Amino acid sequence: MDIRRRNNVTVVGREDGPVLLLAHGFGCDQNMWRLVLPLLTDAYRVVLFDYVGSGRADSAAWDERRYGSLEGYARDVLDVVEELDLRDVVFVGHSVSAMVGVLAAAGAPHRIARLVMIAPSPRYVDEDGYRGGFSAEDIEELLESLESNYLGWSATMAPVIMGNAERPELGQELTASFCATDPDMARVFARTTFLSDSRNDLRTVTVPTLILECRQDLIAPREVGAYVRDAIPGSRLITLEATGHCPQLSAPQATAAAIAEFMGAV
Amino acid sequence: MMCRTDQVPEPGEGQDVDATDAVFTSLLEDSAEELYEEAPCGYVSTLMDGTIAKINATLLAWLGLERSEVVGRKRFADLLTVGGRLYHETHFAPMLQMQGAVSGIAMDIKTAAGRMPVLVTSKVKTTEEGEPLLIRTTVFDARDRRAYESELLRRRTVAEEARRQAEADRARLQEALAVLQQNLLPAELPTIPGLEAGSYYHTASPDLLGGDFYDLFPLETGRWAFFLGDVCGKGPQAAAVTSLTRYTLRAAALHNPDPVTVLTTLNTVLHERYTSGDPRYCTAIYGVLDLTGEHVGVHLASGGHPPALIQRTDGSADYLPTPGGMLIGVLPQAHFSATRTDLLPGETLLLYTDGLTEARTGPQRERYGDDALREFTAARPGHGPQALIAALTGLLASFGTGLDDDTALLALGVPAPLPTTVSES
Repeated sequence: MDIRRRNNVTVVGREDGPVLLLAHGFGCDQNMWRLVLPLLTDAYRVVLFDYVGSGRADSAAWDERRYGSLEGYARDVLDVVEELDLRDVVFVGHSVSAMVGVLAAAGAPHRIARLVMIAPSPRYVDEDGYRGGFSAEDIEELLESLESNYLGWSATMAPVIMGNAERPELGQELTASFCATDPDMARVFARTTFLSDSRNDLRTVTVPTLILECRQDLIAPREVGAYVRDAIPGSRLITLEATGHCPQLSAPQATAAAIAEFMGAV
Repeated sequence: MMCRTDQVPEPGEGQDVDATDAVFTSLLEDSAEELYEEAPCGYVSTLMDGTIAKINATLLAWLGLERSEVVGRKRFADLLTVGGRLYHETHFAPMLQMQGAVSGIAMDIKTAAGRMPVLVTSKVKTTEEGEPLLIRTTVFDARDRRAYESELLRRRTVAEEARRQAEADRARLQEALAVLQQNLLPAELPTIPGLEAGSYYHTASPDLLGGDFYDLFPLETGRWAFFLGDVCGKGPQAAAVTSLTRYTLRAAALHNPDPVTVLTTLNTVLHERYTSGDPRYCTAIYGVLDLTGEHVGVHLASGGHPPALIQRTDGSADYLPTPGGMLIGVLPQAHFSATRTDLLPGETLLLYTDGLTEARTGPQRERYGDDALREFTAARPGHGPQALIAALTGLLASFGTGLDDDTALLALGVPAPLPTTVSES
């Protein structure tokens, strides 16, 4: 199998630089890194990819069972790392990908040397004294909305929903827009993301880890950042002067600086 | 008509001008401020972090909130339902940051009464240097549209479920039919010392049981019975007759293997069974192979079936006529005629159903025909029954859509002696 094509792998930056593997989260694709990327390519060899089911990954490789668990996404990461024969990789995972990175690092400790977790959350649902920020009903509401396909999907997703074979102009519009996703695959990714519970996996992390959180993040609140730091021995938590869930977009300079400092510090 | 207020009215036009003036004046009173506040859509401007800086009265009315509760206190995402907020943070905000504008996204806002579906469009306002300043957002009422979309989605789900069900039903039916069809044919032909046999069955439609059948089975020592035939029609009724026919032939052959006797018994059974209302009949060749003599003796009878063909060793092929054989099961008394021949080493006896000879070929869609079959068979080297079946299978495949009926083939032959090595002079 052609992993480079399957996962739409892109390699840019300094050829002999340390390797950064940037992994996008639920909701978009490797375009998520476009603002921070130019700040990294001078010093690092940067590898980007799309998970199967997202962006321009090969949708023929989709398997609902595999991608119904975070291990399936971690397998994608390992496939890319092995295909490119990367070693001493610094895995930078956004949102759910931070947890995928934890699984991948446990699966290939000789290849993944460090983790950068951006806006991570090991568990979105509140339970038994843990506060993830959402009730089970909240998550159900999101999933139901996605299931019925009509929350926020009419405009961006309409071309996919309608099938663009007869209407190529819709397909062009789609390829021109970022974060285009097949709704059926996105639904599975959403369910996997928001119902996962990776709290126990955090304790398996043995590599140096940097956690980046935003001052205000509706998806991953501050308590969750502190929880992740406390669960990973020796990890470091930095709170960026940024709002929202995507500091690599809202504060690319600060995000790149934090990564660079971490790369130099360890 | 364009009117200027300072225009002196022409005599007789005064009233019209006054009326137009009144309309125009009321238009002027529609100030930009009021246009903003009372617009038929919601307006909201936020800082780059989403904090609401300005909001119009229409949107406040939808939300059921006072301006003082919102401005500087809430962020745009706070106005959304939880599902909308998650979507906003994972899709909307990133796209806005990357593209500077996002249009026509469907989300739900929280209202006093619950929720309200809206369509949201946002654009980032930048300084002259291109630095982002604030986000301008319009919010359109999408209640009717969303209800319509939901209905479309609901129908799509129902249609998909129906399609899945239909496909599952079809798969189940085909599996049942395949099992039944196998019951009408031997799973595999028996191995007979001194004889080679080959067969092929072409199913024209996976949805319909075919009416063709064949079999090869032992009688007493050194003697074997064979038959091949075709029940009129297709489907479950034909299959029921096929099953009856197959087991009647086998039972009759064990009782008395004489070909005419066996076909006469079958005629009686079929005629008795299907005479009322739904007449069913078949054509068949039934015969006995005698392997006890010097040559393989063939004794066969036909009831209305296309004649068997014998592939000779000298590159010729001959039909084995059985004149006067009647359809089986139509009349209470039927007459069948039998014939005998010997199969020499290297010769092959071919039985077939008319799917083969009735197939349509060529641009004129002409019937393939008996002569073409004889020539085809004669032109094949005498490599035995299985080689002939393989060649005919290829022929059937070459007919493509011209082959629209089930077709059964059964070939029986005596293997040629192994050629002894002869040094050529």
